Amino acid sequence: MPSSSTPEAAAATATPQRRRPRGLSRRPAFWFIAPSVIALLTIGLAPILFAVWNSLHEYNLARPMAGKPFVGLENYAHVLGDGTFWSSLGRTLGFLVTAVPIEIAIGLWAALLLHRPGLGFMRALARVSLVIPMATTYAVVGLIGRLVFNREFGVANEILGWVGIPTTDWLGDPTRAYAALVIMDVWQWTPFCTLILLAGLSMVPRETEEAARLETPSAWRILRHVQLPYLLPGLTAILILRTADILKEFDKIFTMTRGGPGSATELISVYIQRIAFRVFDQGTASAQAILLLVLCIVLSRLYIRYVYREAEQ
Amino acid sequence: MSVTATAPRAAGRRARASVWHFLGLAVVFLTSVFPFYWMVTTSLKTRAEAVARDPVWLFTPTLKNYEAALFDYGVAHALLNSTIVASCTTVLAVLLGTPAAYALARYEFRGKRELWFWYITNRMVSPIVLAVPVFLIANSLGLIDTHLVLILLYLTFTLPIVVWICTDQFRGVPVALDEAARLEGAGAWTIFWRINLPLAMPGVVVSAILSFIFAWNDLLYALVLTRSEARTAPLAATSFMSGYELPWGEIMATGTMIVLPMVVFALIVSRRLVQGLTMGAVK
Repeated sequence: MPSSSTPEAAAATATPQRRRPRGLSRRPAFWFIAPSVIALLTIGLAPILFAVWNSLHEYNLARPMAGKPFVGLENYAHVLGDGTFWSSLGRTLGFLVTAVPIEIAIGLWAALLLHRPGLGFMRALARVSLVIPMATTYAVVGLIGRLVFNREFGVANEILGWVGIPTTDWLGDPTRAYAALVIMDVWQWTPFCTLILLAGLSMVPRETEEAARLETPSAWRILRHVQLPYLLPGLTAILILRTADILKEFDKIFTMTRGGPGSATELISVYIQRIAFRVFDQGTASAQAILLLVLCIVLSRLYIRYVYREAEQ
Repeated sequence: MSVTATAPRAAGRRARASVWHFLGLAVVFLTSVFPFYWMVTTSLKTRAEAVARDPVWLFTPTLKNYEAALFDYGVAHALLNSTIVASCTTVLAVLLGTPAAYALARYEFRGKRELWFWYITNRMVSPIVLAVPVFLIANSLGLIDTHLVLILLYLTFTLPIVVWICTDQFRGVPVALDEAARLEGAGAWTIFWRINLPLAMPGVVVSAILSFIFAWNDLLYALVLTRSEARTAPLAATSFMSGYELPWGEIMATGTMIVLPMVVFALIVSRRLVQGLTMGAVK
């Protein structure tokens, strides 16, 4: 069968008998894709361009008489010199380095438990229960956190009391409020780590694993030398996705602590929300949003590079 | 029960190991379920039991909180809004997303990979980035507190889910079917609509359920863009939070009504839930 020299020519002389779909005319592909692209450009990109425009102007909704004078990069300079912006970003980063390692560690422990054969019913029950935290609406996770960690009647204090930890005011103290938020995040996202790592563990060829078990009784050495290579793609995915997710973190904090006490739990999204919708400074908030967007885009490139290219092979 | 003389110690070790294994699994189960359990039980308690200084473990359940939340606090209306918004955005995402997914699975064209990744980039963007400018746009267009603005905005994260999951699904449909149909004279649209879409239904349903869950769960956009008419359920749940004495029973009843349907949905698609959350990164 004579093959055309270029894909363009192939498309032009499309024959129905061709075995590969490449031979099709490209017009239908365009019409199939165009509506979704137009929708996303209008809804996703247009507002961002508008935000760029806003970020270059002074624009405060609380001062409608002041107009919207062009200020160039002044808003960006202001944001970059704003200690509160950096500390909210730092808090976000701090959240990441506290919550994610705990989630991975507990998640790995649980994944190893679920990977081991036996205790069929209990295992199925434990596995199914992992879906619940992930399905719980973020805002409701925050509400539950507020209930469980309540100073007067919170069940957290009761349970900690069983192991001799004295009653404390979790949400009234800056450090403890932060810790309580981390605990709720760990509750919600450890199952995600467990299931991803469990998928990794099940990729290890059965014979390899059994051979290793005969070789050494040490579960640690099997984990390090046999299972770890299969866990790495999952770990990369967890790291990048959790980073993206914690940059977005808003609903849970808003319902649990509103960023308080003081600004102890004010992560970046919560801070931008405050500037935009409580201080009404749209110019500054837009500049902050654009900077956060840049961060998100860098992350998504990383995601595509490390997670997707890997998984595609 | 008899233990062979040669391996009593090994058997003992195995029994001990399985006790630890059992306890570990029990811990996984209890910690996953406990906060959820506490929410549901609090929603069934009287006001005094809900805020008793010593947590109440045994009580007679009452549905009073649900009645009060639904009708006195307007949660019924908010749940209806959530249902409308999440359903419409899901339908729209499926209508726009499945043809794109089909084209990505079947056709070759320049920039295809970049396009595919571009969809996912939309999902990685923090909602607050869009919320700031969209608020101003919606305000000037008079779209604040309408279902429409939420439905459209939710497309930014539901559409990528549909495109990615369905592309995967369409790849599994044999190309031979397309070719057979083409020989019969069917056009591209007919081939997609009559042959591929029905065969890809399982993936389409999964992506629709995931879209619905994500749209249902949003608080930030609803907080910024709605007031009272289009107020969604998560927002209604937070609006109890003013005042000194919080109606915990009603709050938790609302929480339960928001979460319970999502848990059921998530259990239905549990096998693909993680894929939805990672967008197929880890199979």
